[in-house]
Amino acid sequence: MSQPKVPVWVNVALIPFINIMLAFLVSGLVILAIGEDPIEAAGYLIYGAFGYDEGIGYTLYYATNFIFTGLAVSVAFKAGLFNIGGEGQAYIGGLGVGLVCLALDKTMPFYVIAPLAIIGAGVFGAAWAYIPAYLQARRGSHIVITTIMFNFIASSLMVYLIVNWLKEDGRMAPNSRTFEESAWLPYLHDFFLPLGIDIGSSPLNFAFVIALVCCVLVWGLIWHTRWGYQLRTLGTSATAASYAGIDTAKVTIWVMLISGGLAGFVGINEIMGVNHSLLLNFTAGYGFAGIAVSLMGRNHPIGIVLAAILFGALYQGGAELAFELPNITPEIVVVIQGLVILFSGALEHMFKDRIEGFFIRRAVA
Amino acid sequence: MFETLILMLDATLRVSTPLILAALAGLYAERSGIVDIGLEGKILGSAFAAAAGAAVYGSAWIGLCFGILASVGLAMIHGFACITHRGDHIVSGVAINTVVAGLTVTLGLDWFSMGGQTPALSGDARFTDITLPFADALASVPVIGQIYSNLLSGHNILVYLAFAMVPVTYWVIYKTRFGLRLRAVGENPQAVDTAGISVAFIRYRALIICGILCGIAGAYLSTAHNAGFLKDMSAGKGYMALAALIFGKWRPVPVLLACLLFGFLDAVAVRLQGVELPGIGEVPVQAIEVLPYVLTVLLLAGFIGKAVGPKAVGRPYVKERE
Repeated sequence: MSQPKVPVWVNVALIPFINIMLAFLVSGLVILAIGEDPIEAAGYLIYGAFGYDEGIGYTLYYATNFIFTGLAVSVAFKAGLFNIGGEGQAYIGGLGVGLVCLALDKTMPFYVIAPLAIIGAGVFGAAWAYIPAYLQARRGSHIVITTIMFNFIASSLMVYLIVNWLKEDGRMAPNSRTFEESAWLPYLHDFFLPLGIDIGSSPLNFAFVIALVCCVLVWGLIWHTRWGYQLRTLGTSATAASYAGIDTAKVTIWVMLISGGLAGFVGINEIMGVNHSLLLNFTAGYGFAGIAVSLMGRNHPIGIVLAAILFGALYQGGAELAFELPNITPEIVVVIQGLVILFSGALEHMFKDRIEGFFIRRAVA
Repeated sequence: MFETLILMLDATLRVSTPLILAALAGLYAERSGIVDIGLEGKILGSAFAAAAGAAVYGSAWIGLCFGILASVGLAMIHGFACITHRGDHIVSGVAINTVVAGLTVTLGLDWFSMGGQTPALSGDARFTDITLPFADALASVPVIGQIYSNLLSGHNILVYLAFAMVPVTYWVIYKTRFGLRLRAVGENPQAVDTAGISVAFIRYRALIICGILCGIAGAYLSTAHNAGFLKDMSAGKGYMALAALIFGKWRPVPVLLACLLFGFLDAVAVRLQGVELPGIGEVPVQAIEVLPYVLTVLLLAGFIGKAVGPKAVGRPYVKERE
């Protein structure tokens, strides 16, 4: 007799739905508490995110960052590791992009710079994740603490490099010179316009396509390679993995390299796609938001794309909301993000166990 | 030279105070087996609540009460997630930090309409500096008098409270029944449960203490060290306290020393800004700023000593049922 199972849709749809609704409910109460109408606020938010072409473009542009950091967190999660250092890895990844662009934009064409910059983002992000990974795998220091410390180290390092070395001469603003256009990733609206499709002008750029490609690659890697099997085994049971002859230290390091590289890709979207110069604090919390995205997306690429679009919509819609209702700051979105982490992460057992129990009892009856 | 040193040590005490309070808060939590990454959020939440309370009621003490209430409330959410619902401690901490970062600004804008800040505090709404007895009379005495009247005297009450909390914590952790049980819960919860003591209750109590101490740390930031709340004013102090906790190997006195070291490094960084050192040249401020984090990483990696935390830390305790 097979054990009664919980229907798949409960886990992939119902539970995330309940969690997000709870987060919205509590944020709605906050909005109510500051004397605004939550329904009206939600209306502005949805209109801002999806109501017009530019809005959708912005939503997807934010979503691009969330896909990268969400994938980064979830690859590590799958192997039972908590990579809280996405922020620092994204920051250093941006440094990689920036250095490639600053070095080559005057001499090389786009077709040479783009692949090198992408490699630069990945390699720098991965390198920043390598040290915590090595320390966890070989010296037993806790990866959560080391990655937090590395976020701060990255932040100080970037301030030092940009202010002392990369800053444009004779300017006060702490950012590098603007790249030549040969180092700009094409905007998607520039790409669609010759085809007769007008999608409005937004920062949405080619990095979105790269993000979707990364989703497919991560999906293939985790579920359809031997190596992905090792990774998932490590995540399910480290003891079982080492009994099965898996070199857990090696897998740990590889997982973190991939995770860090994915986080580093944020730099492509931000530095090469939108800002076209290296600047301070361009990561703006995307690394931490990746935790919410990954939890919400149940660590699956499809879920992550959906969750990333949801968060992209919140960021874009939040800006619209703050514009329409001056009493509300865009920070309300950060509250929602935190509540999502709380309900779908920290309090996941609160409802999950009960709902699953309900369906198991029903299956038995 | 001597006066510069006194000034730097004076700054060290001021910077270290919130670190000491938060690190001791983390010590109670982690010794009971709860990882608390949410120190940062609790400090920030309390800083906001304290400044708001002090601004509205015009009293720093009422502000402090609000700060402690907010911080304990957040600690209870952490406990509800980690103890009652066996949630992941790190995820819960990240959630608290994120919610607070957004909520303080959202509520601040609505309540005070100052872009997320609270009004500037003055008079009774702030903790003012206390001059210790005879400080003025002794100020002219070389060395000892200078140390007494310039370094030790002239801080606000919360600074002295923070330092007083170190021996108190030592006594609670090592000399009381509660402390013994607290440590036992962090090392081997099964044993404590077998002895008929509730693991969950002890951990909740540890988190209440943690919340109170973080609350004082936050109130110090907004009503004593500064005059009002600013967006993200905790600025990583909670994480640095966590680093100090690890650097001090989860023991009260070494934790105090770690906090003082980190505070001193901060004072040095401020002092060395734009100063040419003979033979070395200008030391980048950032190089000194990152030292606490680099040192903690090196310690965790076992390059300078070994940091071993409480054994059951971060693991939810599931009571066995027959």
